[in-house]
Amino acid sequence: MNITDREFSATRRLVLKGAGVAALIGLGVLPLDVPQALAAANDKYPEEAFKQKNEADAIKALYGGRTAEPSDQVKMDAPEIAENGAVVPVSAITTLTGVTSISFLVSENPVALVASYRIPDGTLPSVSNRIKMAKTSNLTVIVEAGGKLYSATKEVKVTVGGCGG
Amino acid sequence: MSIRRRDLLAATAAATLTAGLPRRARAADTPGVYDLERFGNARILHITDTHAQLKPVFFREPSVNLGVGAMAGQPPHLVGKAFLDRFGIRPDSADAYAFTCVEFEKAAGRFGKLGGFAHLKTLVDKLRADVGERRSLLLDGGDLWQGTGLANTVKGADMVEAANLLGIEAMTGHWEFTYGEQVLRDNLSRFKGEFLAQNVFLTDEAAFNDAKAFDPASGRVFRPSVIKEIAGFRIAIIGQAFPYVPIAHPRRFTPDWRFGIRDEELQKLVDSHRNTDKVDAVILLSHNGMDVDLKLASRVTGIDVILGGHTHDAIPLPITVTNAGGVTLVTNAGSNGKFLAVLDLELTRGKVANVRYRLLPVFSELLKPDSTMQALIDRVREPHVTDWSDKLATADHLLYRRGNFSGTMDQLICDALLNELDSEIALSPGFRWGPTALAGQPLTMEDVLAETAITYPETYVATMTGSQIKDVLEDVCDNLFNADPYHQQGGDMVRVGGLAYACTPAESIGKRISELKLRNGRHLEAGKRYRVAGWASVNEQSGAPVWDIVARHLRAGRPPNRDAPGVTLNGVEGNPGIARLG
Repeated sequence: MNITDREFSATRRLVLKGAGVAALIGLGVLPLDVPQALAAANDKYPEEAFKQKNEADAIKALYGGRTAEPSDQVKMDAPEIAENGAVVPVSAITTLTGVTSISFLVSENPVALVASYRIPDGTLPSVSNRIKMAKTSNLTVIVEAGGKLYSATKEVKVTVGGCGG
Repeated sequence: MSIRRRDLLAATAAATLTAGLPRRARAADTPGVYDLERFGNARILHITDTHAQLKPVFFREPSVNLGVGAMAGQPPHLVGKAFLDRFGIRPDSADAYAFTCVEFEKAAGRFGKLGGFAHLKTLVDKLRADVGERRSLLLDGGDLWQGTGLANTVKGADMVEAANLLGIEAMTGHWEFTYGEQVLRDNLSRFKGEFLAQNVFLTDEAAFNDAKAFDPASGRVFRPSVIKEIAGFRIAIIGQAFPYVPIAHPRRFTPDWRFGIRDEELQKLVDSHRNTDKVDAVILLSHNGMDVDLKLASRVTGIDVILGGHTHDAIPLPITVTNAGGVTLVTNAGSNGKFLAVLDLELTRGKVANVRYRLLPVFSELLKPDSTMQALIDRVREPHVTDWSDKLATADHLLYRRGNFSGTMDQLICDALLNELDSEIALSPGFRWGPTALAGQPLTMEDVLAETAITYPETYVATMTGSQIKDVLEDVCDNLFNADPYHQQGGDMVRVGGLAYACTPAESIGKRISELKLRNGRHLEAGKRYRVAGWASVNEQSGAPVWDIVARHLRAGRPPNRDAPGVTLNGVEGNPGIARLG
């Protein structure tokens, strides 16, 4: 599977216009231009999951006892070093079929679950958002597809910066 | 003139894309130091990190350049005698002087200054003439426009002129970005070559607002690559700008742009050149830094050679890296105009059959300065240099900058900050540019500017707690010694004045720095507040530019500070990246 820049860009534009995402729920997410009204439309708010401090508990609250299997079909685009920890651009796209949700977790944040998106049938499974990161941490994206969980993880460094040669 | 042929030849070397280790060239028959044996059918000349040094300079290579983990003892993390042994360079030779810190002061008197664009121009022209018309390319790896008072004052315009006369055909950038978008674009409109950067993209906001981009569809701000034809073969040159510009420097200079290593995008670009454009060779002109390039070479396939810079490592031989698609050679070509890299390629259809690489020191005493370039240098300097030529002081001992933890030049800057800004602790950035001054040499404002001329030179005095100070040291140290090269930014450890500490480079962040003490011997207290002076902050500051602070300090004629740098290293016994603490 080759995801071209063009596809990425087109997706981003859809997200920006609010057409590609039916529900935006989450903490620490800076909604781009997505009308807030859309967020209320779909599914109920996973209140318990957003209360959990650590990643494992958040995943359990969100997905029950299921565990995520690392998959190279889940592509995450995140920086190696955040240019600004308060606004880290992260996107996820997958070639998996039957995707029902995409979630983002930051293990070292005070509350691990950052955002969880419901993906309606027939929607391109692609999400782009900007998150806050308190410090250097693993960032995990979990894709729910066909009732199973798949993941990709990347460490993103947060630094005070300066002093480059 | 005391440089003899046998002083120079040891470092000439050949490399092959097929063997595990590069072979050494047979140089015994070479008639002169810059008369190279003909090889292959295309020649690529590479300079990098010249830092606008139009005139020849002294520049001492580091005596501390530690590698940790998998990088320990591997090039570029070798210094002094270990470096000479690894690359088969004879001690006492001119090459030993150019490539290492061994007996630097003695050798400096014997072999003289290196670099200078007039001397470089003579050498470039000769090496291009040797292979004939349209058989060569000249590439610059960035950090061309910054590093002198002149370049800072005219915002790199002097270097654009010099680059055009030198004949640079493509470049990428790092400090170039610190002039901001408008100056960068103005300069590039006068630059006759191509500015290449595959890893600079518009931010989402900038893209949404239709900000200027080379390719709006992908958001790429600059042309990512160019295909050049030599002798009927097609060579793709891809540019890789410094990946961490908005982190290492104030973000206000590049608010609309996102950087990063972007190796997935790079792989797609390489594949497209290979599969669609059917090029015969792919070269990455990189400002990643050598450790990052070595890791990148193990992950991205299809690149023949990475011509590297940023970390200022003068490495005589390419390092061969094996990856899933074959091998990639990784080079790094030093700094401050000291070196000219010569990459001779033997191209066949769709493939580089063989390679020969040499990193030639530019010995100014062996090269007649080119008169047109000399005239250009004189002309661009003329309106400014008289203001900067008054002697401020005389160097009482060798003043150099390079070294992971400290350098005598930076100690001088820290002393100036401590004294002139009346602070207990001074912090000064671990930049790797800035020439060396020999003992007895007069120091002028031009010399001070060559160590400090940046677009954010303002000093500050801040109150910081002991734990905040430790956090800063830990953070910068992690940028240098993180086990993952992709999490390193290049540059050296922040320099400290008024403070001593111990460092264990092999530890992880938060655990490297210990035993912080003030110069009076008292331990730094986590909750206590201290008066800290510094400069080159990524946050906007309003104090006097640091060059004025240093000049004031020098004019005051205070007795020199002979204290040893207060850094104790743990766990580095036997590491060939340390000769002595410097």
